[in-house]
Amino acid sequence: MSVDLHTVSEVVDPRAPWREGDAWLGGGTWLFSEPQPHVTRLRDLGMTRWEPLVEHADGSVELAATCTVAQLARHPLALVKQCCQAFLASFKIWNVATVGGNLCAGLPAGPLISLTAALDGRCLLVDPDGGERTLSVPELIVGAGRTALRPGELLRSITLPADALSRRHAMRRASLYPLARSAALVIGTRGADDVVRLTVTASTQRPHVVAIGQDTDVDAAIEEVVAAEGWYDDIHGDPQWRRHMTLRFAEEIRQELTS
Amino acid sequence: MNYHVTVNGVEATQPPRPGQCLRTYLRERGCFGVKKGCDTGDCGACTVHVDGVPVHSCLYPAVRADGAAVTTVEGLAATVPGDGLHPVQQRFLDAQGFQCGFCTAGFVMTTAALDEEQLTDLPRSFKGNLCRCTGYRAIEDAVRGERHVERPAAGRGVGANLPAPAGPDVVTGAARYTFDVDVPDVLHLKLVRSPHAHARVVDIDATEALRVPGVHAVLTHADAPERLYSTARHEHSEEDPFDTRLLDDVVRHVGQRVAAVVADTEAAAEEGCRRVRVCYDVLPAVTDAAAALRPDAPRVHEHGNVADEVHGEVGDVERGLAEADAVYENTFHTARVQHAALETHGAVGWLDHEGRLIVRTSSQTPFLTRRALCEVFDLPQDAVRVLTGRVGGGFGGKQEMLVEDVVALAVLRLRRPVRLEFTRSEQFTGATTRHPFTITVRAGARRDGTLTALAVEAVSNTGAYGNHAGGVLHHSLSESISLYRCPNKKADGYAVYTNTVPAGAFRGYGLGQVSHAVESALDELARRLDLDPLALREQNVIRAGEEMVEPGGHAADLHIGSYGLQACIDVVKAARAQPTPPAPPGWLTGEGCALSMIATGPPGGHIADATATLVADGTVELAVGTAEFGNGTTTVHRQLAADALGTTPERITVRQSDTDLVGHDTGAFASAGSVVAGAAVLRAAQALAGDLVKRAAAHLDADPAACTLTPDAVVVNGHRLPLPELHTAEGDVVGHGFHSGTPRSVAFNVQWFRIAVDPDTGELVILRSVHAADAGRVLNPMQCRGQVEGGVVQALGAATSEEVVVDAAGEVTTTAFRTYHIPTFADAPRTEVHFVDTHDTIGPLGAKSMSESPFNPVAPALANALRDATGVRFTDLPLRRDRIWRRLTLGPSDPA
Repeated sequence: MSVDLHTVSEVVDPRAPWREGDAWLGGGTWLFSEPQPHVTRLRDLGMTRWEPLVEHADGSVELAATCTVAQLARHPLALVKQCCQAFLASFKIWNVATVGGNLCAGLPAGPLISLTAALDGRCLLVDPDGGERTLSVPELIVGAGRTALRPGELLRSITLPADALSRRHAMRRASLYPLARSAALVIGTRGADDVVRLTVTASTQRPHVVAIGQDTDVDAAIEEVVAAEGWYDDIHGDPQWRRHMTLRFAEEIRQELTS
Repeated sequence: MNYHVTVNGVEATQPPRPGQCLRTYLRERGCFGVKKGCDTGDCGACTVHVDGVPVHSCLYPAVRADGAAVTTVEGLAATVPGDGLHPVQQRFLDAQGFQCGFCTAGFVMTTAALDEEQLTDLPRSFKGNLCRCTGYRAIEDAVRGERHVERPAAGRGVGANLPAPAGPDVVTGAARYTFDVDVPDVLHLKLVRSPHAHARVVDIDATEALRVPGVHAVLTHADAPERLYSTARHEHSEEDPFDTRLLDDVVRHVGQRVAAVVADTEAAAEEGCRRVRVCYDVLPAVTDAAAALRPDAPRVHEHGNVADEVHGEVGDVERGLAEADAVYENTFHTARVQHAALETHGAVGWLDHEGRLIVRTSSQTPFLTRRALCEVFDLPQDAVRVLTGRVGGGFGGKQEMLVEDVVALAVLRLRRPVRLEFTRSEQFTGATTRHPFTITVRAGARRDGTLTALAVEAVSNTGAYGNHAGGVLHHSLSESISLYRCPNKKADGYAVYTNTVPAGAFRGYGLGQVSHAVESALDELARRLDLDPLALREQNVIRAGEEMVEPGGHAADLHIGSYGLQACIDVVKAARAQPTPPAPPGWLTGEGCALSMIATGPPGGHIADATATLVADGTVELAVGTAEFGNGTTTVHRQLAADALGTTPERITVRQSDTDLVGHDTGAFASAGSVVAGAAVLRAAQALAGDLVKRAAAHLDADPAACTLTPDAVVVNGHRLPLPELHTAEGDVVGHGFHSGTPRSVAFNVQWFRIAVDPDTGELVILRSVHAADAGRVLNPMQCRGQVEGGVVQALGAATSEEVVVDAAGEVTTTAFRTYHIPTFADAPRTEVHFVDTHDTIGPLGAKSMSESPFNPVAPALANALRDATGVRFTDLPLRRDRIWRRLTLGPSDPA
């Protein structure tokens, strides 16, 4: 109802034992934007002081869940900046909003879902007992606003392998208004294996990655993965238009990366 | 918990509440410049700097500011050397980069944080900063350092770009809006709202709610006066049906208030709301206007689903259609759109030491709201005082009583100060909207373009209550039709109740909706006759000196007091003749225009009292009833008074919008601020000037006719009597002015667009936007231009993106700015504004109103340009990218 989370009675260390009514506080930009009457404690990830962005010896990049969009946007890869600019949100929100928060919100238009899905991101999840598991981004995001996270489970980091970072990248996005929320966002990559991988987001419930060979019918391949749940339908765009824009972008990207 | 934050250099150690955001923490420390516009990080009105980094404080956990230095707009100037303003604040003053000013602190704080690269890309840099008033051109000018304001000499105020007197307060965060005051011991009121579109309230169990610590009362229909009234505010209250009860035992739309919980804190009030148990008997509901007109439809009110109707014919439309060489008929739909004023509805009330009820509210109609409160609670007029602070945008939405009644009930019951401030989401679910219309037009013309018939059938959806239903319907079918000469005209209209959020007054008051249909139909008629659409209009428009013919009935006090329509058309002709801006390859291009006419005030009278008083220091204090919400009337009133008194505007102080100040004022609506209240101000100032000269002449033993009033003295033959001395001798000298709002003139607006459309994506780009306006004598060109630009951009929102979506169950699903898209900096084209040279015989000093009217021709001009580019007539608003693509690709059979 209002912007203060009135039901919250405590802000605790993120290592505190998990209990019902807890919510992870990353940047707070999603948590504070909607009523959260079920939330009674905030687990403050700001206390963790994780290194936002670590470049490992193998060339992979590990993004802490708490890495802010502004910190991420400084990465030299052009695709990173393009995806950050796909945010509906202001650069002022970038100063606070986190990579982990964008993934865990699981929204179809989440541009860092698009980015990390396209770059083969591996999501490290930690359960309340310290147990770890790793999921790909399409495994983590299971529907519009739905993730595979279990109660109390924490997204610790997303690792982008060196191979994915070194591929050629192309990105296209459509929205109803010039700088508005994405209605279709397609990223293509092409690596040493010459396989074009298309990551389709915003026009679908969840991210889909489609590998395109030389003889692949791109439209059919995309239609096939989207078929089960259909093209996304909300205020940000008509599903048929989203489909059209997605397929158009897919073809444009295929041509760009194979020329 | 140890907590330490520095706010504008002042240390604070009071820890925030665990779930508190920085915005409310800062406001609790008196930083009222930090505004709430959206609660969701979309509008940027709450922008502050945390250790120099700009953030939206509404989404920033206050606990995170521990150890930080926070700068708000109040502290910005101190971050630069010297005593003056921050350069960005000065630029917003110089360009007058604001209207209501509610968003200004956010724009100033954002601009101050932009680096060189960001300054080169303002559309992107201002993602997340919304302005509903200006259309952004004035903001861009401010950022670029353009200077528009002028300092006119004594007696030269009218016609100059005098700055708004509130400017310095607006840019420093010192301007006081409704809630920017500290009311000690205030209680917080929150509303329980109906989840059902139509239901009888069987039982309300407040037991659990009352157990919440801090909850003082739960008010329900059992506590509410029985008396029915309308939330709409009009000079004549009988213009609206009395169909609303303060808290009712029948709810007629999802979101209707059911109970009010009053508590020590917002937290307790919200918890109380969650614990109120309401038992409903759900009734059949109808959400569609056409369905509601069927005989077997569920009845929204016992008296039926027709809130008002209009029927009238002049000549014989059927004969006129038979005589036509071409006939066009089609049905058009306009969307339900919301005002989206940045300041939400809200009021705070208390009892003064004499037990008088004081209500401070965000209203365009303090006097009419006082009248309504007196009627509802059976109180004498002097027992209630209603006033406003600076009002953060209105656009008609605040010509309603949506909060003051329930606040008053709580104050009178608990004898304690009480506040109610709508959230942004409540603005969409529990306030009002523009009336969505379905309009069928039949128009016929001869081969030479002469109109033979014009028939309009309009059905408006007024939602659950009839506030403004009749007024909007009548107005919608008036100037939109009387604009054209045609021997056979017919108007039929129904305002229909449905179980949806109520519609109400909104800039243009129905004209924008019907003009969309009429102006689209005339465009098609011209095409069928192979005539130029502008030429067909030009051939048929009403001419100077002609009677206005309205089939629904003509008000006798409405005249063409000046005629600038032909000059407006000529502006568009000149623009069309200029070279066409380039369009991207493969895109379709086209042009379109539309005309509109609007009365300069409402029918039936609009009353304004004003006084001009000489005070002790020799300056003049002006008192007016009308409210300032960015419309700029305060500036214009100062100009009018200063010239009448032969002085400079700085020597005129304006006090306003308080029922204690003057006798009566109908309010700041129907574009009446300059032409009605302004006329009263002019008369008051003239009366004072005459009286000052007369009294001074007596002291100087001179002939009044030989005396001259100068800025600080009355002068005759080298002798002067300084005004402070005159005051010492005479005390306060008061001039009174009054205006009844009649007779009325008309203003004209013509909009023209050249556009490009990508048929494969549906993207529509405005290549050129030209707006010609007949505002009579333009009293303040800078402000008047701002009104036009803001109106055009607001109308472009309604034309291209805005839509309050109501689902099948009657629930509004677009409840935030991220789902209800109003124009952003990136969306707003620049419009070339041309004022034509007229001098009105009715308005003060030749002026006409220019606040609602720029809205009205915009959507049809765009639809006509889209028709020109694509060959397809789009009948329904908004013209969204996906819908344009769909129609062009999938064809007309598609049920969009």
